[in-house]
Amino acid sequence: MDYHQISKEIRKKVLKMIYDSQTAHLGSCLSCVDILTVLYFKILSIDPQKPTAENRDRFLLSKGHAAAALYATLAQRGFFSEKILDNYCQDGGKLPGHSTRNCVPGVEVSTGSLGHGLSMGAGIALAAKKDRKKYRVFVLMSDGECQEGSVWEAALFSSHHQLDNLIGIIDYNKLQAFGRTNEIMNLEPLKEKWESFGWSVKEVDGHNFSELEKRLSKIPFEKEKPSLLICHTIKGKGVSFLENKLESHYKNLNFKEYQEALKELE
Amino acid sequence: MRKAFIETLIKLAEKDKNIYLLTGDLGFSVLEPFSRRFPKRFINCGVAEQNMMGLAAGLALSGKKPYVYSIIPFVTMRCFEQIRNDVCYQNLDVKIVGVGSGLAYGPLGPTHHAIEDIGTLRTLPNMIILSPADPVETKELTLQSYQRKSPTYLRLHKSGEKILYRFPQKIEIGKPSILKEGKDGLIIATGILVNLCLEVVEELRKNDYNFRLISLHTLKPIEKKEILKAITGFKLIFTVEEHNVFGGLGSAMAEILAESNYEGHFERIGIPDKYCSEVGGTDYLRGLFGLAKGEICKKILEKLKNK
Repeated sequence: MDYHQISKEIRKKVLKMIYDSQTAHLGSCLSCVDILTVLYFKILSIDPQKPTAENRDRFLLSKGHAAAALYATLAQRGFFSEKILDNYCQDGGKLPGHSTRNCVPGVEVSTGSLGHGLSMGAGIALAAKKDRKKYRVFVLMSDGECQEGSVWEAALFSSHHQLDNLIGIIDYNKLQAFGRTNEIMNLEPLKEKWESFGWSVKEVDGHNFSELEKRLSKIPFEKEKPSLLICHTIKGKGVSFLENKLESHYKNLNFKEYQEALKELE
Repeated sequence: MRKAFIETLIKLAEKDKNIYLLTGDLGFSVLEPFSRRFPKRFINCGVAEQNMMGLAAGLALSGKKPYVYSIIPFVTMRCFEQIRNDVCYQNLDVKIVGVGSGLAYGPLGPTHHAIEDIGTLRTLPNMIILSPADPVETKELTLQSYQRKSPTYLRLHKSGEKILYRFPQKIEIGKPSILKEGKDGLIIATGILVNLCLEVVEELRKNDYNFRLISLHTLKPIEKKEILKAITGFKLIFTVEEHNVFGGLGSAMAEILAESNYEGHFERIGIPDKYCSEVGGTDYLRGLFGLAKGEICKKILEKLKNK
């Protein structure tokens, strides 16, 4: 599996979609592309030809503002034609700026407002337990999202009900819209917080493919506990002049920057 | 109404193993018949309504039919965005069951009063809003809404409501139920105040005025054709509800009448746009807001005399 090549292809698609539409959240997308790559090309038990198969693993993008990254990954994985990506955020297009259920095959839930995905994921995971089904539910959240109280309501519920088929993933790039998370609303100690809520927590470099694969291959981390993987990431990852830059949350690229960014991904 | 609801739900759950009942730790001494019978399908989600509503959406996405139960403000407004995004936007089969309509929890104070729920939920696409007047309507609407795979809000009062349907009558979602016939004027009421309006109609009869009384148990969608048919010929229309006069039954009717070139007199009777500043039981508080037989009759009689 050439993760590097795949993730580069996805990043290029994301750049084009966001450049063409001149919309926001480029940095937020780039920071989670490597996580999505490992999930969709290795970990998730899915079949792009059968996107609604009953026993498929579910992936919920709770940080719905990284929709472009999800769409590009799904297209790369063969869920739908790459051509559809061209109408991302365009008039009359299929792909809204926050992921919407069934806008294309493979998008499981509608998100956009933060703090909704983990509860829905817990509901899906609970249904699997009740029906004795083996599928697993992966929920990707942002770090800023953990400031939402509803995330912690869902965290309490999931450990109380021993949902060890639920896996939370945090894209911890440490930047949110207005600045660094530890300056705006400090989340630390994040690992200990989740552990104290009854989750089994591991940390990983969110751009190290083999580490990601290793961690996500052994689920649950502990029996009868939900798993949380804190992925230390870099906002804007893959484009040197965007990396770890607050501006990459909203700012878009001009033509010259776009060309430079593409060149870096060749 | 709570009892009628839970008994009906138990009957449905006996046949449908996908029915789940979720509560935000409320319903003590009401929900036990369900939880004893179906312990695996009863989930007390704790005092965490946002998670409860998202969880219900997740269950519905997995083919379950969750009923989410709590006191109205907590199960509608605390988790409004979960209802909007997770339930209505995704158009999922989640039933929201709110208890304590209007001033039912009178002495507990305005945090527990429910006077804005219809107004807020009415703005959500895909939502069905049901507001039964008595245990018979509660049972029928619970049964019928089960058949519809739509987001639904069932607005219940509490307990001890009088049975108003002493005769066989068809109750149908979307269709106004006519409880009394008369030609001198029309009262459209919803929920618990339909009972009060029956008394009002009796009182008016003593004054030789015969009023038609409609229980408008379906507040969304209101089938325009049906309601226009039911009000044809009336020059005097009053709406009565235990809800803020903004946003509820009265507003919904005003919208329809304004767009139908209605030329008669139309008046909303409900809770004025303010929080209750006094302490007291349901009847006491209703009295403060003019939601009592005498006050309503007086208002209507004055209008009749000035005609």
